[in-house]
Amino acid sequence: METISNVIGFLPALIKATPLTLLLTAVAGAFGLVIGTLVALARLSGHRALSVPASVFTFAFRGTPLLVQIYLVYYGLGQILPGTWVRHSFLWPYLRDGLWYAIFALSLNQASYNAEVIRGAIKAVPRGQIEAAKSIGMRASMILRRITLPLAFRSCLPVLTGDLIILLKTTSLASTITILEVMGTARMLQRQSLQIFEPLIAAGIIYFTVVFILTRIMGVVETRLTRYRTARA
Amino acid sequence: MDYYWHLLAFGGDGWGDDFAWGLLMTLQVSVLAYALSVVFGFLGAAGKLSRHRILRLAAELYTTVVRSLPELLVILLLYFSVASGAERLLKRLGLVAETFQFSSFWAAIIALAFVSGAFMTEVLRSAFLSVPPGQVEAAVSIGMRRSKIFTRIILPQMMRHAVPGMGNLWLSITKESAIISVLGSFSELLYTGYRAAAGTKQYIFFYGLTAILFLGITLVSVLAIARIERHLNRGHH
Repeated sequence: METISNVIGFLPALIKATPLTLLLTAVAGAFGLVIGTLVALARLSGHRALSVPASVFTFAFRGTPLLVQIYLVYYGLGQILPGTWVRHSFLWPYLRDGLWYAIFALSLNQASYNAEVIRGAIKAVPRGQIEAAKSIGMRASMILRRITLPLAFRSCLPVLTGDLIILLKTTSLASTITILEVMGTARMLQRQSLQIFEPLIAAGIIYFTVVFILTRIMGVVETRLTRYRTARA
Repeated sequence: MDYYWHLLAFGGDGWGDDFAWGLLMTLQVSVLAYALSVVFGFLGAAGKLSRHRILRLAAELYTTVVRSLPELLVILLLYFSVASGAERLLKRLGLVAETFQFSSFWAAIIALAFVSGAFMTEVLRSAFLSVPPGQVEAAVSIGMRRSKIFTRIILPQMMRHAVPGMGNLWLSITKESAIISVLGSFSELLYTGYRAAAGTKQYIFFYGLTAILFLGITLVSVLAIARIERHLNRGHH
């Protein structure tokens, strides 16, 4: 009984930390999608100068643990930056905050996973669609914008939303570089209250709820964007 | 350049031997956790496909909860609870002495395996469902026993479908094993990198090295998985 009331007692502090978790997810998700699309296009471009770096990028980020990437960015940039012009620029006060390093590492990691998904989806766009666009005289950039990308995104949407939910969970690793999102707050509460389980259980309840709600929202978004498949005249 | 080679030396002042042991530890943790996660996966899949409502519900609860919580959270929760819980249980059953301490190594392995087991459950369940029912019916009609049907008919055919998913889970478990560095009591790769970087202030060098070693594990694994896949798919086109 006491455990339950303890768990409930930790909830308000953790709910206050939830917006930061959501912010990390949204920002890294958005950057990850944009960078991931560019990387996918670079890989499919046919120019070796673009496709080779893009494949090295996806292999390196998908082949190493995110935690290693976070440490490499956080401590690694912390080793380099103080010796450069950045130290004396207006950026420095911001760069002392771990948040930017976490967003940087999470975005690149997400981009590498998104790139593979989007690359597959672009390759799966039916040739006929592109040939039809060419035959009516569309330029390459217009074909990409109006035909290839919309079709590709719709077909890989379920995978992308699944990856977004995985991202939400992995933002918890940002707690290792002093960021007080839900997980970081839970670990702080652990140290303050000297209770091992209760703060973690409370954090578990928050994550479960947020994932549940996000899954539902994504379900609605998916049916909206793929209405052409279900709608009947 | 010489300075960096010096950092990698084996022995007292270099970190070469520490990284070699770290690599071994990461591989050991990954292999054990993976083997155990296959066990969890088979139990979970058997539960999900069971005729008993309670087993189905329990398996459903397992996969839903574990898959919607961050790995770090589940690993921390289990790491602390498995060790103390198992200790108390074994002592109450009188199987061990009062001074017994549950190994934290195995607590970490069980925690990692429990997380991956939830994903393994889904892989094995869908692999099982992809075996055509006619195959099982044919085996029944010639009078095979259930255990034989499983080992001779279902298992060989389902593994072909399970291997891509199981390969992905192996790749992710090698990477997830880095999370146990947060516990601070295992000298696997990332924790070794952490100690080396903090001790020498050469963050980029040592975290870079850690990343390259993980990349090496991934590269070798990818090649091995491709071979296994080819082997299991022989005869199919």
